[in-house]
Amino acid sequence: MERHFEHDLEELKERLLWMASLAERSVHRAMEAVFEKDQSLAEQVLEDEKVINDMQIEIDDRVMRLVALQAPMAVDLRFLFSASRINNDLERIGDQGVNIAQSALRILRHPQVKPYVDLPRMSELAEGMVRDSINALVQRDAELAKSVLIRDDEVDRLRDQIFRELLTYMMENSAVVYPAFELILITKNLERIGDHATNIAEDVIYMVAGRDVRHLAADRR
Amino acid sequence: MTHEREQGFRMATVPISIKPPETAPSSSAAQLPVKIAARDLNFYYGKFHALKNVSVDIRQNCVTAFIGPSGCGKSTLLRVFNRMYDLYPGQRAEGEVILDGENILNSRNIAQLRAKIGMVFQKLTPFPMSVYENIAFGIRLYEKLRRPEMNERVQQALTKAGLWDEVKDKLHQSGIGLSGGQQQRLCIARALAVNPEVLLLDEPCSALDPISTAKIEELLFELKKAWTIVIVTHNMQQAARVSDFTAFLLDGQLIEYRNTGTLFTTPSDPRTEAYITGRFG
Repeated sequence: MERHFEHDLEELKERLLWMASLAERSVHRAMEAVFEKDQSLAEQVLEDEKVINDMQIEIDDRVMRLVALQAPMAVDLRFLFSASRINNDLERIGDQGVNIAQSALRILRHPQVKPYVDLPRMSELAEGMVRDSINALVQRDAELAKSVLIRDDEVDRLRDQIFRELLTYMMENSAVVYPAFELILITKNLERIGDHATNIAEDVIYMVAGRDVRHLAADRR
Repeated sequence: MTHEREQGFRMATVPISIKPPETAPSSSAAQLPVKIAARDLNFYYGKFHALKNVSVDIRQNCVTAFIGPSGCGKSTLLRVFNRMYDLYPGQRAEGEVILDGENILNSRNIAQLRAKIGMVFQKLTPFPMSVYENIAFGIRLYEKLRRPEMNERVQQALTKAGLWDEVKDKLHQSGIGLSGGQQQRLCIARALAVNPEVLLLDEPCSALDPISTAKIEELLFELKKAWTIVIVTHNMQQAARVSDFTAFLLDGQLIEYRNTGTLFTTPSDPRTEAYITGRFG
């Protein structure tokens, strides 16, 4: 027998997916703005922030009401609990996109420090982690979620690698210190995005399998 | 200035492209018209003052729940709506109960009123008749129908109550032979058969198992599309699940009446909060 509650859960899930779409789009556009030196794209990201923030409030309100009114159990309870946490991480991903867009605007008229090689790789890795963590949520796929956890180390490694490289450029040429510093900030933003995607993946594992894998070593997840 | 990206490493897959969710229409349940309302209603069982200056608006095509501890007056309030107290001497109501502009406390045609405002009780009350006759009996009190028309009305009522598929092959078997959940849906069908405008349910699931309860609760979501429903329940979770509005009564007074979601998340009265959190009652 289908319960009316199922309809409410579906509506919540739709909104969570929409929120994920907005957050990922924010990061994608912000990075495009960096690579293409596209001012309008960066400004679009800043404008879209309010939509993401409003959706965060709406989702949390829905979760609150569903918990209060339906007294969910088991998988439904875990889903609602996870939804609230994922909602928070998605909003933070959106914030990181805004930070990247702001950096993009600041370095618009500065010379490019170096050809972008590892930064696009890092960006795609981070965006992929976000996308797969949300796909794991949609498909209730704990294995896909686990694959997201593994990739975080690579994101962190790229952050360190790019930092070392940019440090070298800054020491050699003081004219690039400002844009190089902004690029370092962007790698930090991308690294945080990877962390948030990891959080989402951990929440998906909890929701699907009931296991809390936070703070566990990779081989015990 | 050009830039280059590493060969073979495709930048940016297209982001997730998902349609924005549909937003609910801006009109909310609170904007629906009032179907039946109590105004400064007082009720007495002899000298006992059971309801004290109760005023409440019941919205059309909504489910309104009355909750509160035992003896708070919720069933009393429900029963005033269809003048059930008329059956008992020594009970009286003062004030107004307005249905479609008329104060029903002054209505003369009580039978017609009770067709307009149907009631389903906690105790299962199928008539000791066939399933068919359980429905037809009430219709015959108000209308003279030929057999084909009566057959159609019986089928419609059982369908609306979500019972037709389960009883269509045993319409002439006794209604008492049905399961508990089926009997209660039979009582709902009986109430619906005489084309009421309002349906009053007094703890309709108290005697039912969880599965039957869930079926009745799901049925309410369908029924409210056509009818205005008021339900008394001592099960707060049920009120939370099924109702659009909830009224909390205590010692004969209406303490708080709000949108259900708001009442169960941020009640404004501390007595309401104490009750719904289980700190008393």
